[in-house]
Amino acid sequence: DFTKSWIIILQTVTLIPGDGIGPEISTAVMKIFEAAKAPIQWEERNVTAIKGPGGKWMIPTEAKDSMDKSKIGLKGPLKTPIAAGHPSMNLLLRKTFDLYANVRPCVSIEGYKTPYTDVDLVTIRENTEGEYSGIEHVIVDGVVQSIKLITEEASQRIAEYAFEYARNNQRASVTAVHKANIMRMSDGLFLRKCREVAENFKDIKFTEMYLDTVCLNMVQDPTQFDVLVMPNLYGDILSDLCAGLIGGLGVTPSGNIGANGVAIFESVHGTAPDIAGKDLANPTALLLSAVMMLRHMGLHGQAKKIETACFDTIRDKKVLTKDLGGNSKCSEFTGEICRRVQDME
Amino acid sequence: MGDCALIKHAPPPAKYGGRHTVTLIPGDGIGPELLTHVRELFRFCCVPVDFEIVSIDSKSTSDDDMNNAITAIRRNGVALKGNIETNHNLPPSHISRNNILRTSLDLYANVIHCQTLPGVRTRHRDVDIIIIRENTEGEYSSLEHENVPGVVECLKIITRKKSLRIAEYAFNAARQNGRRRVTAVHKANIMKLGDGLFLQCCKEVAAGYPEITFDSMIVDNTTMQLVSKPQQFDVMVMPNLYGSVISNVCAGLVGGPGLVPGANYGKDYAVFETATRNTGKSIANKNIANPTATLLASCLMLDHLRLHGYASMIRKAILATVSETRLHTADLGGQGTTSEVVQSVMREIESKGPRTSEQI
Repeated sequence: DFTKSWIIILQTVTLIPGDGIGPEISTAVMKIFEAAKAPIQWEERNVTAIKGPGGKWMIPTEAKDSMDKSKIGLKGPLKTPIAAGHPSMNLLLRKTFDLYANVRPCVSIEGYKTPYTDVDLVTIRENTEGEYSGIEHVIVDGVVQSIKLITEEASQRIAEYAFEYARNNQRASVTAVHKANIMRMSDGLFLRKCREVAENFKDIKFTEMYLDTVCLNMVQDPTQFDVLVMPNLYGDILSDLCAGLIGGLGVTPSGNIGANGVAIFESVHGTAPDIAGKDLANPTALLLSAVMMLRHMGLHGQAKKIETACFDTIRDKKVLTKDLGGNSKCSEFTGEICRRVQDME
Repeated sequence: MGDCALIKHAPPPAKYGGRHTVTLIPGDGIGPELLTHVRELFRFCCVPVDFEIVSIDSKSTSDDDMNNAITAIRRNGVALKGNIETNHNLPPSHISRNNILRTSLDLYANVIHCQTLPGVRTRHRDVDIIIIRENTEGEYSSLEHENVPGVVECLKIITRKKSLRIAEYAFNAARQNGRRRVTAVHKANIMKLGDGLFLQCCKEVAAGYPEITFDSMIVDNTTMQLVSKPQQFDVMVMPNLYGSVISNVCAGLVGGPGLVPGANYGKDYAVFETATRNTGKSIANKNIANPTATLLASCLMLDHLRLHGYASMIRKAILATVSETRLHTADLGGQGTTSEVVQSVMREIESKGPRTSEQI
């Protein structure tokens, strides 16, 4: 790094603070990044649903343009107003940038005790189709049909991403999670594509496991799992199950990979309107997502530094937000992490 | 622990001098050996049950075995089964045999009671959850098609009739067993029509049970809650697929697949098996499988036949055995064998002394 000290390349990241506690946890992350001298320049944008020409719902042009240029986004929680007439903001973002892979690394946090220790796995969820196609019909009164869509293309794409991820992150194995014994055609197709892609990644071990077996084994011994790849619904359930193992959504990072090189990292907890603006929020989830973002960008040194500072603070237990069992403010928790980061220089 | 059948069903009448005939389907993997132990135990205890063994060859693609099994169960009304393996590389026309059994006999309620057992070390304590899973529709409708190459549609069917039926079963079970709360598990925020209908039906049924609290929870949050605070749950009701997820999570929480029995109830028939329906292929015929779940399933069956005396006697002996750490099988972290466990159960029963007909 010393040889590069004359040339600092700042990477632009589109920052979407979000609603509720979003703005304050975003501020916390920016402060910590500044203390760490991370070469990031933030471009803040808001996303709301607006009706574009032709009546289609879309996000504001400034937000889209910023993302298309920077390719990297960090996002806080967005509220989904009921009966607003438009789809959820998360869905809109997903469609706008074709965010096809939801990636959640779940690692036990030393110092934040849960009944499970040594968890170190990654769930990779296909995020565009499957059971969330939104295609439902009332056939006759009292009979509803919901359609789960599995395509060759989407299955191949997610399988490829999973194996690439495993390779790039030195993970030993990828497990496809399915229920092809019952859903032979759909999950069968998904499984087939995973098997095909596995052929091109002989350095990664490939296994298959029924969803129910994964659930059964996960709560008994999560250490047996490494990278898991699966269709939408199973991914939704398992990624939350695994978040529960390490302490919940308040400490779990998440990343969404899109086509055209776009990646948006986000905290997956809610907007917590009851504590918004009171300096009580826990920025850990957003911070760890930002760390994930740094790794994605190849800034591993910075990522490690910030992550260590965060984990050390939690392990030390002296300055913790309420949800982590302490009674410090968000700004105090943030300040502590900043101090540690600066001490590491 | 599951002292009595959750809902009083009318059992088939005992014919031929008070003896019942029960269909036995050995299945694959560990099924055959464990069910042999059940027969051994029943003989030892002089249980008035005769087993009619019907084998189903999972390798065969003909329907004959299945039809025989279904006919036998229709005749006897009750069955005890091991899991039948499904080769998921066969074409979609080859439907899971277990699934066919459930739908043909309309065994609409899969009931699983997950309870922390004394002597079994788990991460969570005081778990006592009854799971009531719709067993015949939902994602398991086996309706799939590929209209365009590379694009597959899989239909999930939710009907008002079956949703009301399972909700009614759940609330009735809660009431009969003095349970306080029923939680419906769903994903109606995404599957607004399908799961929305299910939820609506649960709400309607709940209105008829004012003494029972009804609430609902989204399935992904439910799994997160289960691994952190499972004690908050009482009775849970849900459609088919979520039922598979939740019952496996809960079984894992209380000690694993070797411990929890399961029951499948229909209006006219009842089939008993382990809760998590595993074939256990890798541990078959090695005398290391945990027989507890299967033995407890046979007790559920005895309760269903109103042979409560035998059921209690055997169940007590099983629970005494499972609390003995030195007898724990590999799945519980021990080195005990299947036969050691069964022997211990028999010794436990014997030590209680001979029974008179009044006690049974």
